[in-house]
Amino acid sequence: MIWDWDYARDILPDLLRGLVVTVQATLVGSVVAMILGLVLALLRRSGLAVVRVVTGAFVEFIRSTPLLVQLYFLFFVLPSLGITLSGFLAGVVGLGVHYATYTSEVYRAGIEGVPKGQWEAATALNLPTSRVWRSVVLPQAIPRVLPALGNYVIAMFKETPLLSAITVLEMLAAAKDLGGETFRYLEPLTMVGLLFLLVSLPASLSVRRLERRYGH
Amino acid sequence: MSEILSYFPLLLEGAWVTLQITAGAAVLGLICAFASGLAGVSGSRVARGVSIVYVEFFRGTSALVQLFWLFYALPLVGIRFEPLAAGIVALGLNIGSYGSEVVRGAIKAIPRAQYEATIACNMTPYRRMRSVILPQAVVAMLPPFGNLLIELLKGTSLVSLITIAELTFNGQILRNITGETLTVLLVVLVIYFVMAYAITLGMKWLERRAAASIGLGKLPSQPEVIRLEPV
Repeated sequence: MIWDWDYARDILPDLLRGLVVTVQATLVGSVVAMILGLVLALLRRSGLAVVRVVTGAFVEFIRSTPLLVQLYFLFFVLPSLGITLSGFLAGVVGLGVHYATYTSEVYRAGIEGVPKGQWEAATALNLPTSRVWRSVVLPQAIPRVLPALGNYVIAMFKETPLLSAITVLEMLAAAKDLGGETFRYLEPLTMVGLLFLLVSLPASLSVRRLERRYGH
Repeated sequence: MSEILSYFPLLLEGAWVTLQITAGAAVLGLICAFASGLAGVSGSRVARGVSIVYVEFFRGTSALVQLFWLFYALPLVGIRFEPLAAGIVALGLNIGSYGSEVVRGAIKAIPRAQYEATIACNMTPYRRMRSVILPQAVVAMLPPFGNLLIELLKGTSLVSLITIAELTFNGQILRNITGETLTVLLVVLVIYFVMAYAITLGMKWLERRAAASIGLGKLPSQPEVIRLEPV
C-alpha cells in the first residue's frame, strides 16, 4: 500500500491549523457577503435610476469574472494606490464582495416575494420608509431566503483554497507546503479533500433542514 | 499603455486557451451530468447510489482541491495527466456534479401525467425518455446550464495554478513583465466579462430555439388565433 498512515498522522495538526484559517476566512467573508449583499439589493431598488444602473452593472461584472483574478486585483493593485491589505484581509474582502453579488440576488428574490398587500398596509399606516423595511419587509423576506444564503456560505467555504494563491496559509496551501517538503502529495491532498467533505456535508444537511423549516 | 497593446496578443492567446478548456470541460461535464442525472432517476438502487456519491463528493469538496489532487497526488499512484488534461478532467467532473442535479431536477419536474400517458401508449422506457420526457426536460435545463457554463468559464482561471497558459496565467506573466498591474488585471477582467456576456447571449438564443421546438414559444397573436378558428 502506498498510503503512509504514520505520515498522515504527522501532518494532521498542520492541516487542522489550515482548516481553522479556512473556517475563519469563510466566516468573515460570509459576514461581508451578507451585509454588502443586502446593501446591493437595496441599492438596486433605489429611486435614482443612476444608482440602479450602476449597481446592476457592478453586480453583473463581478458575477461574470473569476474570483481568482479579483483576488489578484485586490492583492496586487491596491498597494499601488497606497492601500496595502494582508493576504487574509484581501482574501476575505474578495470573497465577501464576490459572493455579495450572489446574495444580493437572493435578497432581491426574498424582497419581491413579500406580498404587495404588506407594502400597501405599511403605506396605509403611514410608516416611514426606514420603518417599512426594518419592521415589515425584511423580517418577512430574510427568513425565507436563509437556506439560499446558507448554500452560498458553503460555496464560499469551498472557494477559500483560492486564497492560497495570494499567500494565505489555509488548508490547501498547508498541504502543498507539506507535499513540497517531502514530495508526498497523496496524503496531504487526499486529507484536505476529506476534511472539506467532513465540514461541507453536515453543513449542507443542516441547510436542508433549514429549508424544511422555512419551506417554500 | 502602448506596451500593453504590444502584448495584447498574449492575452488573446490566453483567452483562446480559456475558451478551449471551457468547451472541453463543458462537453465532459454534460456527459457526466446526463449519465449521473439519469442514473439518479433510474429504478436501480445501485445506480442511484453511485449518482449520489458522485454528486456529493464533487460538490462537497473544492474544485481547486480536486484539480490539485488530479495533478499532484494521482501521479504518485501511477496515473499521470498532462496539465491541460488534468484541468479539463477536474473542471468537467466538478461541473458535471452540479449539472447532474439540474438534469435530475428537470426530469422530476415533468408532470406525472406525461409518464402515465407514455405507459398508456405502451412506449418502451427508452422511447419514453427519448421522445417525451427529455425533449421537455431539456428546455427546463437550459437556463441553469447557462449559469453553470458561466461558473465553468470563471472556474477555468484555476488551471492557471497548475501552470496552464490561459488568460489568468498570461495576465500574471504580463503583469510581471510590464509592472502595469492595474491595467493588465482590468483588461483580463474585461475579457472574461465579454466572454461571459457572449455565453449569456448564446444561451438565451438556444433557450428561445428550444422552447419554440416544443411549441412553448411566444403565444400566437390574436389575428392568428382568429384565423385558426373553424368556419
